[in-house]
Amino acid sequence: MADEEGPAIATTTETAAPGSSPDRAKDSQPAGSIDLAGVGHAGDITFRALAYIAAFLVVMLVLFVGIFLAVIAAPSLRHNTANFFTSNAWNVTGTTLEFGIAGLLWTTVLSSVVAMVFAVPIAVGTALLVTHYVPPRLGSAIGFVIDLLAAVPSIIFGLWGLKVLGPALAPFYTAVQQALGWIPLFGKGIESTGNVFTASLVLAIMVLPIISAISRDVFAQTPRDHIEAALALGATKWEMVRTAVIPYGRSGVVAASMLGLGRALGETVAVMIILSQTNTGGINPSLFAGGETFASKIANNAAEFDSPAKTGAYIAAGLVLFVVTFAVNALARLIADRKAHQ
Amino acid sequence: MSSVTQTSLQAPRGTRRLTDGLVRGLVYLSAVIAIVPLVWILVSIASKGLPVILNVDWWTKDLAGTTDRRAGGGALHAIIGTLEIGIITAAIAVPIAILGAIFLIEYARGTKIARGVSFMVDILSGIPSIVAALFVFAFLITILGMGRSAIAAAISLMLLMLPTVLRSTEEMLKLVPDSLREASYALGIPKWKTITTIVIPTAFSGIATGVVLGLARVMGETAPLLILVAYARNLYLSPTSNAMGTLPTMINTGRDVAETLVGYDRVWGAALTLILLVMGLNLLARWIAHASRLKDR
Repeated sequence: MADEEGPAIATTTETAAPGSSPDRAKDSQPAGSIDLAGVGHAGDITFRALAYIAAFLVVMLVLFVGIFLAVIAAPSLRHNTANFFTSNAWNVTGTTLEFGIAGLLWTTVLSSVVAMVFAVPIAVGTALLVTHYVPPRLGSAIGFVIDLLAAVPSIIFGLWGLKVLGPALAPFYTAVQQALGWIPLFGKGIESTGNVFTASLVLAIMVLPIISAISRDVFAQTPRDHIEAALALGATKWEMVRTAVIPYGRSGVVAASMLGLGRALGETVAVMIILSQTNTGGINPSLFAGGETFASKIANNAAEFDSPAKTGAYIAAGLVLFVVTFAVNALARLIADRKAHQ
Repeated sequence: MSSVTQTSLQAPRGTRRLTDGLVRGLVYLSAVIAIVPLVWILVSIASKGLPVILNVDWWTKDLAGTTDRRAGGGALHAIIGTLEIGIITAAIAVPIAILGAIFLIEYARGTKIARGVSFMVDILSGIPSIVAALFVFAFLITILGMGRSAIAAAISLMLLMLPTVLRSTEEMLKLVPDSLREASYALGIPKWKTITTIVIPTAFSGIATGVVLGLARVMGETAPLLILVAYARNLYLSPTSNAMGTLPTMINTGRDVAETLVGYDRVWGAALTLILLVMGLNLLARWIAHASRLKDR
């Protein structure tokens, strides 16, 4: 098929190429003309149907995820004797179900928030460096290296955090707990270095390339005349960045951070490998305590999904995670869209 | 007069200059901090894993008949399993992703429906892998009563690959100039033929980049494999068998082996093999993108 039309197309490409910028593709919509060309072609009808089915499938997949998780979780939630949101119990093996997500929610949110505290400033810093401080060639080389971080599989991060990073930080953990132990957040935790802090550091490294890449894109789009106007007024580099680059890129950075947060909240295997499970009952607010996040709780117990009631309890936790990440991602999208419409 | 002009053109002084220098220092420092973990991870895994994977047995044997206390064997079962599950995933995800992108750009561009679908693609790309795995577990295993299998794992990985490929295909289709489409219609070529023989081939290298990147992402995923297929030390090829070795689950199983045992090194070998595989795919994707950009010029 391609051969038939081949020569004709080749000539068109050549003549069309100089005038065709990416912008051109946006403004014209050839829909009207196509419909005429397509009338009566069985191939057209089939192909259009396939495209619509694929799009429909994408939408249905997202809805199905929510619906199926809710359907499987519902019976277990009905038979749950503890308060699902405020209890920290997790007894799902016996005849009476008793489970709650308070502890999971705390560890998930704490580890992700601490990760963002580390990741956002560094990601913004590298994005500024790459776009406004070094020559473009060096900038894209640094960007390339940071992007490679996104290519490292999460289980590798987990293995590294468990066997290399955690043990390397052990003296630091002891020192902080001795010096600042009176603050609950730095209070006495666990002996193992598989604590929330190690998990947060690894999460920060994992979300760094996501936030950095998007921030880089928005900083690079800062209007040239804003930058030159600031410099012409005698602004230093930093004053130029503060008055031209950052105001322009702020919402992009916020959207990127939300995407990073969504990723951190749902990260499974790295956290599962690093965090030591603790069965102390109450919630230890310390960064040096162990614990479980929604995702790590589910993954840790994957082998136990045998009875519907038990599975339902874990799926209920997964449903909460789905709703939370859905909300965070939708918010990121809204922020990015608002920026685009300005 | 001239001295006044000179002063005002001089570099800023005092706190302004200090702040500027301080921020410059912080910005450079942040890049160093960002690069340190990458180098640290690569060096620590490569130094421990390299001796393991330099053995021919590593690439040609599985772990059948070995234990954590007995040396020998290799990672063939896990390498084949990872590749097999990755290829099944791609076979399901790529057609849906490309057709979805065609819908967004060629059929529904600028419409409300397209915005809705595009929003759902964003949500899908943000779904944690564990949630995708639970969904497939709930649907295929709890409701339909199927068992765990490599195919179940591939279906859940498909959910993770789909948005990556769809987005990059969409971006590429946007870049195909309308003049090409119009020239084709003017020759009386129907829309579906225009898309399949002109638009897609023009965007091919970009789509290939997306597919390879998507493949790299799913081959490194672990959570769906933990939940949907058991780990096997032997080489199993059937996608319907309930156990199959993969590199991520080989690492997950090997991380608890005591350091004193001979089998301890295998986890580092598997980690290095996985990094080489995934990073190799990433570099391949960049090379495809780069090579095609050069050709356009």
